[in-house]
Amino acid sequence: MTALYLTLLIPLLASILLGVFGNHRGAAAFNMLATLAGFATSVWLALIVLQQGPLGGEAGQFHIDSFNVYLIALTALVGATTSFFSTPYMAQEEANGRLGPGRLRLYHASYQGFLFTMQLALTTNNLGVLWVAMEGATLATVLLVSLYRTPESVEAAWKYFIVCGVGIALALFGTVLLYFAAAHVIPDAEHALLWSVLAEHSAQLQPVVMAIAFVFLLVGYGTKVGLVPMHTWLPDAHSEGPTPMSAVLSGLLLNVALYALVRVKILTDGALAAGGMHSPQLAGNLMMGFGLLSFTVAGLFLHRQRDIKRLFSYSSIEHMGLMTFAFGLGGPLATFGGLLHMTVHSLTKSAIFIAVGHASHIARTQSIEGIRGLIQTQPAVGWGLLIGTAAIAGFPPFGVFTSEFLLLSATMKSHPWLTVPLLTGLGVAFAGLFRHLHPMVYGERPEGQVAVSANMWPVVLHMVLVLWLGLAIPTFLADWFNQAAVLITGKGLL
Amino acid sequence: MLEQLPLYQQAILTLAAMVLFTSFALLAQSRVVSIIHIFAWQGLLVAVTTALVAYDSGKHDLYLSAIMTIALKALFIPWLLHRLVKRLGIDREEHGAEHPATVLMIGAGLVIFCYYVAQPIEQLSASVTRNTIAISMAVVLLGMLMLVSRSKAVAQVVGFMSLENGLFFAAVAATHGMPMAVELGVAFDVLVAAVIFGVFFFHIRDSIESLDVDQLNRLSEQDE
Repeated sequence: MTALYLTLLIPLLASILLGVFGNHRGAAAFNMLATLAGFATSVWLALIVLQQGPLGGEAGQFHIDSFNVYLIALTALVGATTSFFSTPYMAQEEANGRLGPGRLRLYHASYQGFLFTMQLALTTNNLGVLWVAMEGATLATVLLVSLYRTPESVEAAWKYFIVCGVGIALALFGTVLLYFAAAHVIPDAEHALLWSVLAEHSAQLQPVVMAIAFVFLLVGYGTKVGLVPMHTWLPDAHSEGPTPMSAVLSGLLLNVALYALVRVKILTDGALAAGGMHSPQLAGNLMMGFGLLSFTVAGLFLHRQRDIKRLFSYSSIEHMGLMTFAFGLGGPLATFGGLLHMTVHSLTKSAIFIAVGHASHIARTQSIEGIRGLIQTQPAVGWGLLIGTAAIAGFPPFGVFTSEFLLLSATMKSHPWLTVPLLTGLGVAFAGLFRHLHPMVYGERPEGQVAVSANMWPVVLHMVLVLWLGLAIPTFLADWFNQAAVLITGKGLL
Repeated sequence: MLEQLPLYQQAILTLAAMVLFTSFALLAQSRVVSIIHIFAWQGLLVAVTTALVAYDSGKHDLYLSAIMTIALKALFIPWLLHRLVKRLGIDREEHGAEHPATVLMIGAGLVIFCYYVAQPIEQLSASVTRNTIAISMAVVLLGMLMLVSRSKAVAQVVGFMSLENGLFFAAVAATHGMPMAVELGVAFDVLVAAVIFGVFFFHIRDSIESLDVDQLNRLSEQDE
């Protein structure tokens, strides 16, 4: 349990310390140190779970099983690598005069606060605390979206605050309904929101109440996942905030929101299957519908983007839609693919945003038309962006290809006619990304464009991991995915 | 059937009706200061309901929730908003909806819809709970309606907070409150959100020199 507490305490303490002393010179270094320490403890936690199995007991406030243990490590890893990117990036922003020391203090404190809410949402066993952490994540990042104080960024932040605030409020209503259903079954009120207890009793929960609760939870957490039509905040928040924040929003927040959604789907499935309702697949069907809609709409929107960060945030919506579809489809194969996709998308997308951040510094603009000739100016950034985009578009041998392939095979088995929109959507998204990418990477280099000080090691690390996951998934990770698939669908793949 | 209910349940129903009434009053009101006052009354009504449920069910930690609600929803947030509108010099402004009558009609439709959604739960629970769940759902949706029908930031924030009141009311009425850790967490989130909203008023005014959020329209997917 020490490892667990440390994983939570390090970002919390770091956030408070950076909030107080964040305008000192060492703040960025301290930020990196804290994320590294957080990553070390999360690996320690993963090792403990690997040796001893799930942590947290029957009715503990924390619950670590194979579904969240790898997400905890992934969150800490992306948090750490992004902080290494953020140090030179934010120093450059300060040198460009866009930010002062006060804003940097806010930035660092919010960064650690955000990581804390992510880890709390992942580790907690209490669905109420999960909600509190998700709302906390909005509160921690909303001031980061408006960090530059331009009219656009203030607008993006206001939209983010209102849309996500209302969305997440609906999720709280769903949680209250869930508690209402549980209170009839579980005598001890203090345990009635604990996920592990609810999962045991899910067959006894009233199906009607659970169905209504799930709809509210789907809309609520779905807003955070970025599902169409609740996605409007996402491209704005990604494009107007500082780039390290775009990387962690896309790489971590969307994942954790989807994680919350899948957790409540497990409970709803249990209740509906036992309740003899006319549609026991309600939760899955809803997720498939929302997922496919988001996937298709976002793929089309890719074509008309003018801002590089908006481009890749629509790509995030597209991939979150694909994962939501995978979990909605159910079955061990699709679920396995969905879990793998969560991992590889998080790694790839944060790597892309890191490359995008450097690219926008080279070109001094975020407009796609202004970014030209990256490979000529700074090959590392150009190649990073090219390889990252190739990976996210689903080229073999990267991990995204593997997970999309698994998902397509699963769809072929159970809903063959749905492979048509899936394949079309993948093609449309591929074209949407590359028609913008090609001139940015290969185009004519503008006069006087010079290289900037860039830290591309996080990108290299992420892409190597994604490549590795595409070629051979390590045994322990495959075991975790398999156990998580058993947890979610009742059946394993391996 | 109402006379068969114990006295306190009748009281809870009456209070629920009054909370719903304040929601409609919020929808109809356009003066900024009056909006804030009605919001404070709504917070007070929710707190009184909480205390009543605490007394009836013998759950003493609900008294703490009631005190928190009074402190936060009936005193602190209205006070903060009041101070902010004074400092921003907009305390005499009218922040109404564009078509108040239409908005009220939609509001009435939403209440009927909420009763319709709560109908399946009827067989499963006492009639008081069904009513209060429907009403709290209506307060949530009316808060949302207020949020989308107003263009000024202050009125939107009140709509948001009123939505939060509906959620809290649902938790108290349907399940006698949430576990304490969750209630504390939610209250903390609301507190932080209120403070951040305050910060945003100044950011918005600095960037567009007004609090009319409709003027925030630079980011959209339309072709330029």
